[in-house]
Amino acid sequence: MGEIVNVEKVGMKYQSLNGEINAIEDISFSVEKGEYVSIVGPSGCGKSTLLSIISGLLKATMGRVVIGGEEVLKNSDKVGYMLQKDHLFDWRTIYQNVVLGLEVRKILNDDNRRYAIELLKTYGLYEFKDKYPSQLSGGMRQRAALIRTLAVKPEILLLDEAFSALDYQTRLAVTEDIYSIIKNENKTAIMVTHDISESISMSDRVIVLSRRPAVVSSIHSIRFDCPKRTPLKCREDPNFREYFNTIWKELDVHV
Amino acid sequence: MSDTGLNLSPERIAYLKKVKLQKTATWLVRLLILVLIFALWELAARLKLIDAFITSQPSRMIKTLTNLYNAGDLFVHIGVTCLETIVGFIIGTLMGIFIAVLLWWSEFASRVLEPYLVVLNSLPKVALGPIFIIWIGAGPSAIIVMALAISLIVTILEMLNAFIRTDEEKIKLVETFGASRFQVFLKVVLPSNIPAMINALKVNVGLSWVGVITGEFLVSKAGLGYLIVYGGQVFQLDLVMTSVIILAIAAALMYQGVVLIEKKLVGNQAAQKHS
Ligand SMILES: Nc1ncnc2c1ncn2[C@@H]1O[C@H](COP(=O)(O)OP(=O)(O)OP(=O)(O)O)[C@@H](O)[C@H]1O
Ligand SMILES: [Mg+2]
Repeated sequence: MGEIVNVEKVGMKYQSLNGEINAIEDISFSVEKGEYVSIVGPSGCGKSTLLSIISGLLKATMGRVVIGGEEVLKNSDKVGYMLQKDHLFDWRTIYQNVVLGLEVRKILNDDNRRYAIELLKTYGLYEFKDKYPSQLSGGMRQRAALIRTLAVKPEILLLDEAFSALDYQTRLAVTEDIYSIIKNENKTAIMVTHDISESISMSDRVIVLSRRPAVVSSIHSIRFDCPKRTPLKCREDPNFREYFNTIWKELDVHV
Repeated sequence: MSDTGLNLSPERIAYLKKVKLQKTATWLVRLLILVLIFALWELAARLKLIDAFITSQPSRMIKTLTNLYNAGDLFVHIGVTCLETIVGFIIGTLMGIFIAVLLWWSEFASRVLEPYLVVLNSLPKVALGPIFIIWIGAGPSAIIVMALAISLIVTILEMLNAFIRTDEEKIKLVETFGASRFQVFLKVVLPSNIPAMINALKVNVGLSWVGVITGEFLVSKAGLGYLIVYGGQVFQLDLVMTSVIILAIAAALMYQGVVLIEKKLVGNQAAQKHS
């Protein structure tokens, strides 16, 4: 499988009246098609900035991002973004929320509508399609948010602390849920999290960033030999602790 | 939470009964206060405890009302004032929201215009009355412009503030789908600010009345404001009092109209949510 995302020597300096903030500096890595990569790092080190640059929402002041052979110059259609909260609009029904991206991209045709309905059916939200977000549980809302992202058929998913607004119990269940959906749909994922366990349990690789200005301080390949991998199974694996300790120490050094 | 279920517990029934009783009691006492005020007023005037020449009295007000009605003037005056208010209210609200949208759109424009808006907002608009009369002529148009002068700037400032405070993350969400500025407005900023808009409507109803009555004080030949000023000039307190009370009723009705619109806009959503 080839590389789908290349981050090449990306740096970002924010300008404001109070001065300049050197958020990230010279970050390079690549992600393979179908891979699940996590990014961990101290708070405020520039993780969200990095994701915004990869998606094309934000223009890097140095370096470039290449997705599928094309340099990202504006908001990329190949990328789907999951934010920290589900941000389902409470004036729209679940179905109307799910087709929001299609509406904005002006591709709300019968095919795509059918695909959205299909996703709702596959992931158990079809009966709720005419309900409003306030009638759904936190986990279901997160799933609806993921379907909203998947409906525009992105190749790469970016998740920015997408589970951190949930309580611990729900969070475990939702990561399990979302992980299986992402694998099922064969998507490439780049996830930012501050939860080391979460990053190990879900990803193929964990990228550890340093304190601001962020650089890549190390990359850890995560391998478990359980046949049907799920985040919960990984948490029980004997190697889990070892990975945890390594990454924790790595982070600790820089905090 | 719905009480449409048939098997309510006795506690629930007792509670609902209490709520209903309280509601009835509230309305009864409200009505009683009103009746009492007018009864005492009438009584005091008849017993010559107060001078009906300067305080008027309910029976004389009713007589004034019938006189106005018989002369065919009553609904002309009410109509003129209500029309001016409604036109001022609608133009003020629409124009205010429209200008707020433009200012939200162009950060540069809003930054440039900010001090002007602040000065205009703090200026007592009555001071502009004579200017409007000279420019537009002493007629209903000048009165409507007066109403606009009073409500427009407030609407602009209030709506602009609401637009600017829209949740940044929600905006980021539609931007991840590649939304243009126009789409951001249409899909996020506008729908999430419906409550703010309804609030602006409510404030505007009141301000439009202020504007129209002020305008009528200055120029008019008809309308409730005219009746009040005229009654004052010829020392006919009956006319003044009657007009004030009609005004109170008309203003209350129009406010209720806005509340009805609110229920239509917001209530529908809430009703669907709980279906
Ligand atoms: N629009 C902006 N203008 C100026 N500075 C910014 C802007 N956005 C972020 N920053 C600064 O850049 C740095 C990195 O921010 P970023 O949000 O990317 O970090 P993060 O790792 O996602 O943080 P967190 O762990 O809190 O989510 C922070 O110090 C922040 O204050
Ligand atoms: Mg962040």
